[in-house]
Amino acid sequence: MPHPLSLTINGEPYTLLVEPYCSLLDMLRDQLQLTGTKKGCDEGDCGACTVLMNGKTVTSCMVLALDARDQEIITVEGLRQGNTLHPVQAAFVQYGGVQCGFCTPGLIMSGVGLLLENPQPTEEEVRFAIGGNLCRCTGYSKVVQAILKAAETMQAQAS
Amino acid sequence: MNRFAYREAQTVQEAVEMMRQEEGARIVAGATDVLIRWRQGGWKPRYVLNIKRIAGLDEVGYSPHSGLSLGTLVTIRTLERHPLIQEHYPALAQAATAFAGVQIRNLATVGGNVCNASPAGDTLPALLAYGAECRIAGPEGERLVPLEQFCLGPGHTALQPAELLVALRLPPPPPRAGALYIKHSPRSTMDIATVSVASVVTLAEQSGVCQEVRIALGAVAPTVVRATAAETFLRGQSVDAERLQQAAHTAAQTAHPIDDIRGTAAHRRAVVAPLVQRTLHYAVQMAQGTRLPFQMQRGLAVEAIF
Repeated sequence: MPHPLSLTINGEPYTLLVEPYCSLLDMLRDQLQLTGTKKGCDEGDCGACTVLMNGKTVTSCMVLALDARDQEIITVEGLRQGNTLHPVQAAFVQYGGVQCGFCTPGLIMSGVGLLLENPQPTEEEVRFAIGGNLCRCTGYSKVVQAILKAAETMQAQAS
Repeated sequence: MNRFAYREAQTVQEAVEMMRQEEGARIVAGATDVLIRWRQGGWKPRYVLNIKRIAGLDEVGYSPHSGLSLGTLVTIRTLERHPLIQEHYPALAQAATAFAGVQIRNLATVGGNVCNASPAGDTLPALLAYGAECRIAGPEGERLVPLEQFCLGPGHTALQPAELLVALRLPPPPPRAGALYIKHSPRSTMDIATVSVASVVTLAEQSGVCQEVRIALGAVAPTVVRATAAETFLRGQSVDAERLQQAAHTAAQTAHPIDDIRGTAAHRRAVVAPLVQRTLHYAVQMAQGTRLPFQMQRGLAVEAIF
């Protein structure tokens, strides 16, 4: 039996009916057509479905949608400000952190989540933070570079 | 996949009452194990009982006199980052950094890891080495069970019907103690331990001999086990390299591993002694006053090929 669920997604309030066994990921993709968040393994291993829940990265396939009640979810669709990409998104484009693109939304969310907690990470800290995101194309070097450059950009913007 | 119903409890009493009245519950908090088992068809709950909204169960309490209290909902990420845990129970914080990836650590709870009762559970060797006790609530009230008696086999715990793990209690850390957890696995993140070891060593004030030691081995038996013969061998003795080496070989005798997808029994038997030796070596160094930055402890804790 579906249950009512209220939550905030990308700054907008939503109220919808959700089945008990529906994951946050399936709800985002199938009910709200927010298909930027990808479904890779559906068992919490690949990180493609990473979103922010109350400012913390989580694999949305491992969250029951109903457990997200009253929480604030940010998906990759919610990062840009108007027509301006988020600095992490912009850096992925500029430094070639994208190849096939499937892991990209999850990696970007992990990058954003890291920089919220630690605005000036070392390369080791970046690699540690994206350990839960699998990418089979880039070899990670450009991804790491993009997150480090985004950190610099955000520092410069903040000062 | 069966279609389960959804319930939520606001208090521990309410959770216990729901489970008492209706069978077929599967408690969820982080849900990171439950959803996988359910999707694989292994678990077919009639309903999931979400305990995440129960107030107060996510609290960390510490005092030098009473030790550490961890609510069942404390996340692995909190264990990893909490300054008091890093300072007083370093092996627990190290184990948390070796646990899955950030996204899972933000969801997974310490109570869930304990109740999952996997011999490869990352927090279990550290909790066992620190002498953790499980506080359980049930229809008859509360009871305390030492962790050693809580995990009975893979996935099997001492929880009775309608019972719930509400907190873990760790005794106060002794002075002049050091501890290290090492996880041996193919990948440095998002992997499950092939073998894991946690050792906690306490040194005597004057003589510097080993006053107390606890060595816990993961993924080499149906539950996480203590290497008691090796502990006895070290207690009251000097901690020179040769003795640590002998203790490590003694500890390896405690291991009764199996062949599985993550490694052969022979491979597991071969790595136990060097892992124990390394945990003892660094635990002794820390107990002797060597300050290892947490970043370095994290590097030591994860021993992976990739």
